[in-house]
Amino acid sequence: MLKITDLNVSYGAIHAIKDVSLEVNDGELVTLIGANGAGKTTILHAITGLLAPKSGKIEYDGHDLIKTPNHKIVSLGMAHVPEGRHIFPNMTVAENLVMGAHMRKIDKQTLKDEMEEVYEHFPRLRERTKQLAGTLSGGEQQMLAMGRAIMSDPKILLLDEPSMGLSPLLVKEILSIIKIFHEKGITILLVEQNAKMALSIADRAYVLEVGRISMSGTAKELMDDDRVKKAYLGL
Amino acid sequence: MSLFVQQIFNGLKVGSVYALVALGYTMVYGIIRLINFAHGDFIMVGAYTLCYTIPLMVNAGMPAWMAVVLGIVVCVIVGVVVELLAYRPVRKKGTNMTALITAISMSLFLQNTAQSLFGSAPKPITTIFDLEPINIAGVSIAGETLVTILIGFAVMITLTVVVNKTKIGRSMRAVSQDRQAAILTGVNVNRTITLTFAIGAALAALAALMYCANYPAASPTMGGMLGLKAFVAAVLGGIGIIPGAMLGGILVGLVESLSKAYSAVLTGGIITSAFSDAVVFMILIFVLLIRPAGILGKNEREKV
Repeated sequence: MLKITDLNVSYGAIHAIKDVSLEVNDGELVTLIGANGAGKTTILHAITGLLAPKSGKIEYDGHDLIKTPNHKIVSLGMAHVPEGRHIFPNMTVAENLVMGAHMRKIDKQTLKDEMEEVYEHFPRLRERTKQLAGTLSGGEQQMLAMGRAIMSDPKILLLDEPSMGLSPLLVKEILSIIKIFHEKGITILLVEQNAKMALSIADRAYVLEVGRISMSGTAKELMDDDRVKKAYLGL
Repeated sequence: MSLFVQQIFNGLKVGSVYALVALGYTMVYGIIRLINFAHGDFIMVGAYTLCYTIPLMVNAGMPAWMAVVLGIVVCVIVGVVVELLAYRPVRKKGTNMTALITAISMSLFLQNTAQSLFGSAPKPITTIFDLEPINIAGVSIAGETLVTILIGFAVMITLTVVVNKTKIGRSMRAVSQDRQAAILTGVNVNRTITLTFAIGAALAALAALMYCANYPAASPTMGGMLGLKAFVAAVLGGIGIIPGAMLGGILVGLVESLSKAYSAVLTGGIITSAFSDAVVFMILIFVLLIRPAGILGKNEREKV
């Protein structure tokens, strides 16, 4: 479904991503783990066109994403929940969700029904529909960012550090929602520093170290790998 | 008392012109954080267009104010061309400072182009609205004044509705609040920016109509002081905030008109009506000392 081949990204003189290849198949939940600064976010930004790679190929569903204008990618069924949530702070919760469906040509009733569905996944958002999104707590903002992404009716969801800055309880809640989305048939690429949490729900995983894929395999294999245990799981 | 009522109407009239111009500054600032110094000169472009299109309209047997339609078209074209040819390339390569300097040079470019095309002497504009004065509470108010105020408020209400209730308005707010998130939700950022310039320029054309209805002449530098005061209005209300521009515009208009009428009386002739501009700028300084982000602005801490 999503196939990255020999991706290279540079920030000026810094070669941030070096020959990265990875693949996410239809229906999979794949995680990309690695330390802070390894380049995980950079890869997601290259996928959704927020930055231009130096070389490489990014194919999705028969489309060449590097050649696709970045604002058109969401209409291809790819939703990106960015690191730091990036909700619209001066719009209400409801307006943020409407923005999620911005590109879709749907009638008012469908829009309402789908917003209702989001509220069912995230009951806390329902209590705050008229509240400005910037006044929400971190966990609520994460829920809103995910809800907004779901409103685009995605086939694949790119999640960037959804657990960042959240209490263990909220991490659990977000985790169970990711599982629900996955069970509904949405393919997921989950980028996480919290390797333990990510590996616990993923089918397959890639480990990124200073811009290079250093290991890959099923989540189970990596969880049992001594190097991963030592470096990322704190065992 | 009748002088006071007269001055309030005058203030509202000038204020609604400032408000429309301030909206152009604030919308562009809100979306790309650029102070478009050429915006005042869009009014000048509108005024010259009126100068030549009003006779056309009158000859065709149409009301003179219909000329504003052509004024809007010309201003929108100039605004969009300035954005596409000058600002966009600079925004891609340069910093905020280079963009600001480009804006100043566009302003000078437009003024000098007008001067070489039309000469530096003001060109008279024929009557736009031929209206009788109207009596309000025993005070006779010029018809132009009332029409100007009405157009101003109608435009402000329309714009508020467009920005808050329509899909286009939502795209504009999205780009202004978080450009990355706007892209990810499918907003075409470049097109939205161009559209914002077009709306700003259209407002400038309407402001030109309102301004010329009351001061019927076009000159190459007319946008300078008008633009500056509207910019003050936008900053006063909180730059980037749409209701702020409206409030700031009306306030600047009222202060200017009241200080013209009363400052000499109140200060025993020390501050004469010639100082009315100075009074406006003084008030700006005081307000910014107390509320650095403007009256409706939120003080945002720089995020690191």
